[in-house]
Amino acid sequence: MRISIQWLRDWLQIDETPEELGHRLTMAGLELDAIEAAAPAFSGVRVGRVAKVEPHPDADRLRVCQVEAGEADPLTIVCGAPNVHEGMVAPVAVVGAVLPDNFKIKKSKLRGVASAGMLCSARELGLAEDAEGLLALPADLKIGADLRAALGLDDYILEVDLTPNRADCLGMRGIARECSALLDRPLNENVAEPTGAELDAGVAIQVEDAEACPLYAARVVDGLDARAPTPLWMTERLRRAGVRPLSAIVDVTNYVMLELGQPLHAFDAGRLGGAIEVRWARSGEALTLLGGDQKVELAEQDLVVASATAPVALAGIMGGADSAVDDDTTRVVLECAHFAPLALAGRARAHGLHTDASHRFERGVDPTLVEQAMERTTRLLLEICGGQCGPVERVGELPSSHFEQPIQLRRPRIERLLGTTFADDEVERILGALGCQVASTAEGWQVRAPRARFDMEREEDLIEELARVHGYDRLPQRLPSPVAPAERPPALRGLRDQLASQGFHEVISFSFIDAEASRAFYPTVEPLALANPISSDLAVMRPGLWPGLVATAAYNQARQQPDLRLFEHGLRFVPDASGLRQESRLAGLLGGRAQPEHWETASRRIDFFDAKGVVEALCASVEAPLGFRSEKHPALHDGQSARILAGDRPIGWVGRLHPALCKRFDVEPVYLFDLDARVILHAPVAQFAPLSPYPSIRRDLALVVKETVPAGDVLSAIEELGLELVQDVRLFDVYQGKGLNPDEKSLALGLILRAFDRTLGEQDVANVTDKVVEHLHARFQATLRQ
Amino acid sequence: MHVEQLQQLVAEARDRIEAATDLKALDDVRVQYLGKKGSITAQLKELGKLPAEERPAAGQKVNEAKTEIGGLIEARKQALADSALAEQLASEQVDVTLPGRRLPEGSLHPITHTLERIEAFFAGLGFRVAEGPEVEDDFHNFEALNIPEHHPARAMHDTFYFDAHRVLRTHTSPVQIRTMEQQKPPLRVIAPGRVYRCDSDLTHSPMFHQVEGLCVDEDITFADLRGVLSAFLQSFFDRDDLATRFRPSYFPFTEPSAEVDIQCVHCGGDGCRVCSHTGWLEVMGCGMVHPNVLGHVGIDPEQYTGFAFGLGVERMAMLRHGVNDLRLFFDNDIRFIRQFGRTG
Repeated sequence: MRISIQWLRDWLQIDETPEELGHRLTMAGLELDAIEAAAPAFSGVRVGRVAKVEPHPDADRLRVCQVEAGEADPLTIVCGAPNVHEGMVAPVAVVGAVLPDNFKIKKSKLRGVASAGMLCSARELGLAEDAEGLLALPADLKIGADLRAALGLDDYILEVDLTPNRADCLGMRGIARECSALLDRPLNENVAEPTGAELDAGVAIQVEDAEACPLYAARVVDGLDARAPTPLWMTERLRRAGVRPLSAIVDVTNYVMLELGQPLHAFDAGRLGGAIEVRWARSGEALTLLGGDQKVELAEQDLVVASATAPVALAGIMGGADSAVDDDTTRVVLECAHFAPLALAGRARAHGLHTDASHRFERGVDPTLVEQAMERTTRLLLEICGGQCGPVERVGELPSSHFEQPIQLRRPRIERLLGTTFADDEVERILGALGCQVASTAEGWQVRAPRARFDMEREEDLIEELARVHGYDRLPQRLPSPVAPAERPPALRGLRDQLASQGFHEVISFSFIDAEASRAFYPTVEPLALANPISSDLAVMRPGLWPGLVATAAYNQARQQPDLRLFEHGLRFVPDASGLRQESRLAGLLGGRAQPEHWETASRRIDFFDAKGVVEALCASVEAPLGFRSEKHPALHDGQSARILAGDRPIGWVGRLHPALCKRFDVEPVYLFDLDARVILHAPVAQFAPLSPYPSIRRDLALVVKETVPAGDVLSAIEELGLELVQDVRLFDVYQGKGLNPDEKSLALGLILRAFDRTLGEQDVANVTDKVVEHLHARFQATLRQ
Repeated sequence: MHVEQLQQLVAEARDRIEAATDLKALDDVRVQYLGKKGSITAQLKELGKLPAEERPAAGQKVNEAKTEIGGLIEARKQALADSALAEQLASEQVDVTLPGRRLPEGSLHPITHTLERIEAFFAGLGFRVAEGPEVEDDFHNFEALNIPEHHPARAMHDTFYFDAHRVLRTHTSPVQIRTMEQQKPPLRVIAPGRVYRCDSDLTHSPMFHQVEGLCVDEDITFADLRGVLSAFLQSFFDRDDLATRFRPSYFPFTEPSAEVDIQCVHCGGDGCRVCSHTGWLEVMGCGMVHPNVLGHVGIDPEQYTGFAFGLGVERMAMLRHGVNDLRLFFDNDIRFIRQFGRTG
């Protein structure tokens, strides 16, 4: 909302600077966005009267004018404007004047004729973007007067952001009421008197749904001169409010909307017929809107204003082109109605529209304005365009609402919510100034909110008004009574730290991804698709974190960052029969060198076991035994892919990105892991186990097995034996080649043996190794290597 | 034997000890003089041949000679060991300026650092961390927060939706509702997390982070809200004298509602590009929980009052770390993330 301070003075005295007033509004919840001068700086421009116009001797398009500018003799000024004519009152920049952009007016000669100044257009004074000729000024201005003073150009416009609850401030009078409350200064209401009907011309109105349109008023105004110029004071105010002046009839309806906040519409009566119906659109109907050349398809949820034959306006949003007024219009039907916010909600948006009218009706317009705005518009129209008006036809009545019920405001409740008390007379002053009717009761007050304030519905709303007008910053502050600090589960922070200490960088990628990428990584999941994605590459909710990590790797590899360790923590979204699973995952990616380049250590490429080692470390606190099972995953290399198990429970995957995907996503080979964060975040409390005072013994065995036997199976087979003395088994070498059959391999195992009650002897060691060798022979035909 | 001879023997041994350049040569000398067949040992054996009265004096002389030679050998041994060690140390010297061997440090995302900082402050005041789903239902994201269908505030949210009832949460406020559905006051929770709006340009990301806070008890007032948030902002920006201001605003789920501005941390309030020359930066929205919201979850608004707040994590991170482009947070360029290290 753009607020001209001068316009505001129609209702109350303003002594504050624009900055002071803007600050006061900001601190009351009407946030100041910008302060703009009504006109750019210029000086030496006067109101001039063109007394005489003669052709230029040497130029067809120039005229030599005699201009009265308040001095004894008229000034001779050469002018090229097409609209200059004798008797015209226009701005004249005299010698010494400085126009916007520091353009200085000097004596000059134009094609040999001396010119003592310049007649100005609105554009040259910075008052309009473009102009067709000189700015025509009203004839009643004093000739020779300073233009700035004559037009009130030393005005400022406050541009204010309104929150959606403050529709009452979408009219200047509402702003004035707010300022009156904030500045504690009286408000002059200026209500327009009704205009008696001079014509016997009626409009038949029918309203289909009184809930959608509780009150509809219309009146005929006939004998208008649509070509009458809009007075300068009005076009100036429209301009300052950011509305482009068009023609008198339209300007008047816009002006009243800006003044009071009530949208109005003028139909050309000749194109409307004698009847108006407010109804829901029927399917198949269409309407060409003002300024549009395409028909808009209407839906049954669209409320329309219709003639006997077809819709003529989208009610409360925009009029139709066919019934619009133009320069030849002499008879109009003025519409001033109250449309319910719910009836219009979302409709403008559905048609890709956002108009001054829809903006107001969606937020709620004071229904008592219907009558006032109708009278105000009529008066202005008659004043500017002439003509006579018919009676106001009205269907419906003021809508009932919460306003009928007074609100109880309890004195203790103010303190309960704000932590401070308010003096009774302060409560009454503030609420009264905001337009409430306040009566005191035993407990506090009984308050009737003004109809313009749709946001004053209950006690808390009134308390907010008190706080707001009083000023939040003048209210007390304190800390609530202390309680014990909250416990913060350390697990996630610990894992993040652990990864960071292993050289991982944390990334945060979008939760929505490209549908094709989703299919490439997770072909068995039908991902949850957004109905209104922002773009096709952000269209479905990720069923896993790998696509984001791989894209991040490609992004960084393309920026000369080949050595990557990345991780992300976040949700994956997997639709299944029971609905949608939103699961917390911790995933990572490794690629490039295993160690950074070093002057002494040869660098090695990252491989599967680097990724697996990270997973093992992350799962260190998982209680159930950790297992890795060779299993294929569509996104992983068939031969380097493992399901991660905690006991029997699958908790994730680790493996090398499938070469086909590497190619497709333009990424160098990388390894990935993905873990169920809930499992690894759960760290049990460590429990003490006794230590043995006796020394341990190590016995190494080299066992030959078939190449296809997984080493992990051999290790778990030893574990299955449950030998009490075996404290640990270390696999320290895997050998294939000379001395073995081509389909065999040798696993070198170190058994660490220890007892809790004695130092072990040779016999103990022999017993254990015999059992192990025997068992492995039975399970895998393992033999001791000779 | 004459004393002269014994002295001769010692002098000879001294020369040979001096001449020994390694432990082997030195040991040869030891054997030659002090070994079983060594010259000094032989002298000791000869003592028996002397008359009894001469033996003690002669024995003492020989023993002196033995001790002297033994001492010389030990001293030489130490000298040899010292020089061998010195030689070894010299040969083992490294260029200490060569780079060490290590894995480069990783780093946490600046959003994580910022969240940590926020969570740590509120944990100190007893606020527990709560979480909720990101694909939310209409009820929790809007209805229960006093934003019925067709409320103008819905249009302001630029909601991503899936179908008639499911949306991507547009704020972390639904966690308020989920918390209050499950627990009764007194309540102190914060809900950090990802939120989504259908908007993308220089200053808007379709995904970003918020932290929601909620405090409900029997005696919570607007004064507590102001106290807690002022203290938080001063702590977050490490400035005890950081000016804050509370401006009335509008949220359907709070009444009264406020927006919180801080004095611009870039220019100190003088006005600059960062604060659009106002001297103030808007950082949070907050207010007293609307009675309708309490009503929705079965908490009696007559008995309990509460405050709620929400803040944009990216904005806080940008201000704290001087990041000037929102999009950097989601480009995930490791040259960017690396700058924040493990501690932020």
